[in-house]
Amino acid sequence: MSLPERLLQSLWPFRLEKRTEPSSVMRLASPLIAATAMALTGLVVFLILGKDPMTACQVFFLKPLSTTYDLGELALKATPLMLCALGLALGFRANVWNIGAEGQLTLGAIAGSGIALFWGEALGAFALPVMMVAGALGGMAWAAIPAFLRTRFHTNEILVSLMLVYIAQQLLGYLVHGPWRDPDGNNFPQSKVFVENAVLPMLVEGTRVTAAFIVGLLLAVASWVFSTRSFAGYRMLVAGLAPQAAAYAGFSEKRNIWLALLIGGGMAGLAGISEVAGPIGLLQPVVSPGYGFAAIIVAFVGRLHPFGIVLASLLMSLLYLGGEAAQIDLQLPSSITGLFQGSLLFYLLAADLFITFRLRRIRRESRAVAGVAS
Amino acid sequence: MNFEHLIPIFVSTVVAATPLIYAALGELVTERAGVLNLGVEGMMLVGAVAAFAAGIATGSLVLAFLAGMLAATAVSLLFAFLTLSLQTNQVATGLALTLFGVGLSAFIGRGYAGMPIERVPRLDIPGISDLPVIGPLLLNYDALVYLSIALYFALSWFLNHSRAGLRLRATGESPTVAHAIGEPVIVIRYLAVMFGGAMSGIAGAYLSTALTPMWVEGMSAGRGWIALALVVFATWKPLRVMLGAYLFGGVTVMQLYAQGFGVDVPSEFLSMLPYAATIVVLVIICRDPKTILLNQPASLGKSFHPDA
Repeated sequence: MSLPERLLQSLWPFRLEKRTEPSSVMRLASPLIAATAMALTGLVVFLILGKDPMTACQVFFLKPLSTTYDLGELALKATPLMLCALGLALGFRANVWNIGAEGQLTLGAIAGSGIALFWGEALGAFALPVMMVAGALGGMAWAAIPAFLRTRFHTNEILVSLMLVYIAQQLLGYLVHGPWRDPDGNNFPQSKVFVENAVLPMLVEGTRVTAAFIVGLLLAVASWVFSTRSFAGYRMLVAGLAPQAAAYAGFSEKRNIWLALLIGGGMAGLAGISEVAGPIGLLQPVVSPGYGFAAIIVAFVGRLHPFGIVLASLLMSLLYLGGEAAQIDLQLPSSITGLFQGSLLFYLLAADLFITFRLRRIRRESRAVAGVAS
Repeated sequence: MNFEHLIPIFVSTVVAATPLIYAALGELVTERAGVLNLGVEGMMLVGAVAAFAAGIATGSLVLAFLAGMLAATAVSLLFAFLTLSLQTNQVATGLALTLFGVGLSAFIGRGYAGMPIERVPRLDIPGISDLPVIGPLLLNYDALVYLSIALYFALSWFLNHSRAGLRLRATGESPTVAHAIGEPVIVIRYLAVMFGGAMSGIAGAYLSTALTPMWVEGMSAGRGWIALALVVFATWKPLRVMLGAYLFGGVTVMQLYAQGFGVDVPSEFLSMLPYAATIVVLVIICRDPKTILLNQPASLGKSFHPDA
């Protein structure tokens, strides 16, 4: 054994040993372990920043759950996360890495807003359903670009879908600064306020949560049915778990890629239009504080399982609300949310290892024995 | 447009390309060792904010760059530990690193927004930097520009002619074989990831102290991802990384100058250019799957477990 290897071993005297079969307990425990580790990290961060950690945790994690209005906000912010993550998870399970949900969300917001701004009044009661369809189609169209380039030209969908996020944001910027700007809006870069029949109704009096939350829950069920009961879902699952088996069985890789990206894009588009037709009520230069990216974390924390994703999106939503509460009550920057989100995914990935491996300490004796034997 | 106009365009192209060169060459070394680190964007941002903070605190640009390198190396170690010691999925962990880096840099940088910092000085040798044409064209950049070119030569030599470089490449092509002949695969990969981190740190530091001497949240604006695309575009060869970086520098600058020259296209569409160019370039290079198959390190992105 070389010196650097020995050095590494004395710093980290553990060895990974593959379990005979994946631990189903760890599969479910790992997100909980990760969330606990993240909360502990939070305690340390609060301490470093000179805040009383108990008060800070109370403000960050419990205050956003205290009133009906707050619970409504929790569901409201969970909605776009849930919608995006459900679509992304289908892709991740099939080994299709769409990480451009943020861009697809933006295009969904643009497409749906187009309907609202130009035909909102004329469509009457049909305005909202047409906007929703347009939003989903907008997201799909944007996701079709990486799907086409991957299936036709073998380009990496990670890079293409990500580049399209920046392009989508510029397109949105162009529209609200240019042709779609409200002429009576004092030159603010935003569109006209949507007409009343083009805005999602409130679900519960006194909160801001809209029907999109219910749509999200229904789509979670639909997504569960799709992946466990349909042949298309099964094909995608096999493609992710055993690509060679999928190829041998004659499952089309191209079809999986298209399906994964179109579903992911459509759901993200739906999230986008639900935001502008919901809490925002008009089109503005920023329609999402990074929901499309946070959804990647939601998908993993939710075990790529629809019902897990519903729970994970509520947790992630809590982190957004906690960040806002910490900013108001503790004068902490709200960007602390991003820090928590990132560390949550790190902890999860680390904890996930123990689904298939367990840690064994390398004992001095066994090393000595190995030395004698050689 | 005459020759005098072309000089500033050429100069800004070189300057805009420099952070891409550092980040892409760093990632190239990481990938040649078989590790795909999608966290470049996050590491750049961490490097940018650390350099800026250190520059404000100490007033020394050398310390600023050191801080940027150290901070980005530290977060790259986090990635290395997870992917190499704990065998996590490299794609997911890299994404996590980017998301974490975006959050961490925004958090640290909160108090620094809008603060001024001294810009990295440009070379100014009396009599030489003032030479007509050659002076402004070649002899009037900051030290980091020249160092980036030196880095290219050093890396080309390292990868093709040094024993250590060949060991690194062997690790990336076939970790099993490298392990069997006694190479410390995991150690080599740790070092490669840390090198990538350090270079991303320099790239980030260059953004916040030279390209635009200030801190803005998310200021890397996708450059880390463009650097990743550059490595693919370059088919994992340093020379083509350089060409690609200058090409992209040119696209970025063209967009600025087009506005100056009164090209009648909304500025947002011009801002899309570097991202659209990345996609176009990827399509051109990936069109023939053989190009990628023949050049990509064979074990890229796959975990290696010595006992398995």
